[in-house]
Amino acid sequence: MDPYNYLYLAALLFTIGAVGVVLRRNAIVVFMCIELMLNAGNLTLVTFSRMNGNLNGQVIAFFTMVVAACEVVVGLAIIVAIYRSRRSASIDDASLLKR
Amino acid sequence: MLEIATPETIMFWALAPLSVIAALGMLVVKKAVHSAILLAFVMVTLAIFFIAQGAVFLGVVQIVVYTGAVMMLFLFILMLVGVDSSDSLTETIKGLRWIAIAAALGFGGLMIALIARATLGRTAIGLEIANSDGNVEGIAMLLFSDYVLPFEVISALLITAALGAMVLAHHQRTNRRPSQREQAIARFRTGSLSDAAGLPGPGVYALHNAVDVPALLPDGTPAPTSISATLKARGDVIESAPFQLDVVDPTIKEEK
Repeated sequence: MDPYNYLYLAALLFTIGAVGVVLRRNAIVVFMCIELMLNAGNLTLVTFSRMNGNLNGQVIAFFTMVVAACEVVVGLAIIVAIYRSRRSASIDDASLLKR
Repeated sequence: MLEIATPETIMFWALAPLSVIAALGMLVVKKAVHSAILLAFVMVTLAIFFIAQGAVFLGVVQIVVYTGAVMMLFLFILMLVGVDSSDSLTETIKGLRWIAIAAALGFGGLMIALIARATLGRTAIGLEIANSDGNVEGIAMLLFSDYVLPFEVISALLITAALGAMVLAHHQRTNRRPSQREQAIARFRTGSLSDAAGLPGPGVYALHNAVDVPALLPDGTPAPTSISATLKARGDVIESAPFQLDVVDPTIKEEK
């Protein structure tokens, strides 16, 4: 099978994730959409690794996974901290700098 | 040109549309929990794609780390935060939805055109040679030779993230916790005496006995304080009216 199809799939998933980040108002759902984008990036890296015939892409995808795990941990802690002080998980409520 | 369908082709065309549908579903479902389940599905399909492409190690890591740890973390936070976070799909900026969809179409079209342009006439080499010693061994060789410095740096990043999460989630009391005696005194001094003995329990009826039905006051109206505020916010409260004694049909039906 042509492995380039995976690239198209990854591009689609990345776009869907980006739309979710823009459209959804719940901070946790926005976060999950970011995870979807990161996953699509990983699929691209793995496909590149197969196209070029070496494992560098897979190692970088592995690093991406670790960074994504860190990002989830810190991001969710921030969401919990905001929820604790503002009683809301909506990204529209955290707009103190605007007023 | 007639192409013989390999198992990977069949797998791809079966799972890829499903994963795209699940990802689109993430955008439209109302509850965050449903989004999380759909995302877990997308992640599992991606793990299958990884394994099909010769990245066995990454496929397993994807399942263990993403669908295992990360999604569990999401669900835990949803339990903590998600009670009243029923996502309103109303748009705060006028026309944002259509702008976003138009931008996505443009961006996606650009990406797909770019990929098509960049991969035209190229053939993939495949990982047969690179994986000849085994995928895990190959990754380990790279990770502990060429990438050993990034590997060490990323371990520092993990520790920093763990510490950061602990600092952010740490909650320090700024005032002393009131003792039981002080709480009892405050209960009588402030507010109405009707709440002094504690809030009323939920309704106990012959046909229904659970925390989601309010108790009835002497005048027949439901007691608002007998239901947890969380259940109320979630909208999981049942009317108590159909369980009242004069409404329920008391005749015993013959069991057949």
